[in-house]
Amino acid sequence: MNKLKSQFLAGPYLVWIIGFIILPLAMILYYSFFNEDGSFTLENIATITDPVNLKAMGLSLELGVACTVICLLLAYPLAMILNNLQIKNQSFVVFIFMLPMWMNFMLRILAWKLLLNKNGVLNTLLMGIGLEPVTILNTPAAVVFGMVYDYLPFMILPIYNSMARIKKDYIEAAHDLGANSITTFFKVIVPLTVSGIISGIVMVFVPALTSFAVSELLGGGKVLLIGNIIEESFMQGMQWNVGSGLSFVLMVFVMISMAITNAFDKDGEGGTAVW
Amino acid sequence: MKNKLIVLGLVGAFIVSCFSACAQDGETQDNASSGKTLTVLNYGKYIEEEALRQFEAKTGIDVKYEEYESPEEMYTKYKAGAIDYDVICTSEYIIQKLIEEGEVLEQDYSSLSNYGNLDKDILELAQSYDPENRYTVPYFYGTLGICYDTTKVSEEEVSSWNCLWDTAHKNEIIMMNSVRDSFTPALKLLGHSLNDTDDNHLKEALNLLDKQFPIVYAYFVDEIGDEMISGNAHMALVYSGEAAYAMDYNENLAYCVPKEGSNLWVDSWFIPKTCKNQQAAMQFIDFLCDEEIGMLNFDYVYYASPLTPVVEALDEEIRNNEAIIPSKESLEKCEVYTAISDEKTAYLNYLWQVLKSQL
Repeated sequence: MNKLKSQFLAGPYLVWIIGFIILPLAMILYYSFFNEDGSFTLENIATITDPVNLKAMGLSLELGVACTVICLLLAYPLAMILNNLQIKNQSFVVFIFMLPMWMNFMLRILAWKLLLNKNGVLNTLLMGIGLEPVTILNTPAAVVFGMVYDYLPFMILPIYNSMARIKKDYIEAAHDLGANSITTFFKVIVPLTVSGIISGIVMVFVPALTSFAVSELLGGGKVLLIGNIIEESFMQGMQWNVGSGLSFVLMVFVMISMAITNAFDKDGEGGTAVW
Repeated sequence: MKNKLIVLGLVGAFIVSCFSACAQDGETQDNASSGKTLTVLNYGKYIEEEALRQFEAKTGIDVKYEEYESPEEMYTKYKAGAIDYDVICTSEYIIQKLIEEGEVLEQDYSSLSNYGNLDKDILELAQSYDPENRYTVPYFYGTLGICYDTTKVSEEEVSSWNCLWDTAHKNEIIMMNSVRDSFTPALKLLGHSLNDTDDNHLKEALNLLDKQFPIVYAYFVDEIGDEMISGNAHMALVYSGEAAYAMDYNENLAYCVPKEGSNLWVDSWFIPKTCKNQQAAMQFIDFLCDEEIGMLNFDYVYYASPLTPVVEALDEEIRNNEAIIPSKESLEKCEVYTAISDEKTAYLNYLWQVLKSQL
């Protein structure tokens, strides 16, 4: 009886999964492997080998990697500082870092667009102190900047979580045994936070790779990512089959990146547990 | 096992009930439009509501008014068939597609009492997609041109599309993020028609656009007006209506249609096959061609009206504003887009992606 009840409660979620995850995935698979007339084909998948699509895929990978590396370089020291803060309410500081995420991310990107504009706040400030104005907007750099800004909390939190779990005893023990701070960092702290780093990388790299809205807004239509090509083939070109084929290829890339990171995540516990 | 079946059954029942609810929705709509009601589909913010109220008061017909954002959205809405629309307003290239698909009813529009108000020149231009003016009635029209900052660019410079290739304006040029509109200056500079689908001609145009790419600030759609208002660029390829809006907020802006010619767009009313009440639909179109109602709508929409009495009643300043009412010379230089085949559309979209994948 109890079992039935619990399964009954899972009902709505089951509907959700079927209707909004399994069904759309099945449709994408169908569209990517079948032609408009319903015959099986690999043509849609093969469109990825088109120079334009390859280039867009390459640019997506490049910007995704750049965004992930920058996030990691920013987040790791920050997580350490947060963790070592000698204040009572550490969770409050973490909360401060989470705060921007409460606002819609598109709105924040739009705000950046205004700030980085030619006559925007940044350039007004630069010119005010006698410097040359910069045109960062509508370049790949602006897109990376926007993605880093958006996804940074996803890197900070898992790393911070795994760091907070390290017992102070370990570090004291390392020092007792004669390790200096640098050795302790590389031999104790980094290995113990690998799971956090890995889940941070996945959570930043995957959305960065598949992003299309940020490049649309901050790239001024000049930065063509694979996500933009997929969007255009659905919205403008009415080429659903090609769009699905490219989506499928993109999904494969996402899965590969997750498989690689999972292979590194030896303890199998993973920082994702906190999510 | 049994439990699982029960859960699955419940899930199934839930899904089925969802679908049947949708189906019912469609049916009630059907019943409603068979009475003395008129279901109208139009662009957003494209009619003065007062005009609808006056129409209802005058004829006793109940108007069910619906709006959409883009012609593609309209097409999908119409094709979905959930609602039977009686009269629809949209852009000429989508209408042409619908005419070819046999979705548009032929009518004797010249029998309408206000038909004489329509500008003969516009009706003639409309013949490029509606050869005998038997499928559509023009509602508003305008051009594609250059909105420019008069403090940075001279009137003489923008008289030719060449200005969009001038490296002196590097990073100060905004193009449109839509394929056909951005191909227009290139095709015109090469002396081709806007509706040219010759692969070699399109490639030549692409080469030209390739050269332009490094000096383009951005490819935008809806933001162009606002970007020009805040002075983020010297020049922008833009539709006349959008330019008129920008000029309202920034007095340094002006609008021009280059001498090589450009695109003329016409938004028209048509009666689709799904129409349940053709007489009411004709009455509605006739009502919109009325001088006073035309003026009411013009004051609200501020695009060029094809109704001669409306234009004649305007102040000279407005009448001479190229961004609002295109001059006769501009009209002579302009072409209307005609629908191109799916295959060519795909090819154009491909060229567009080639252009934009340079970074």
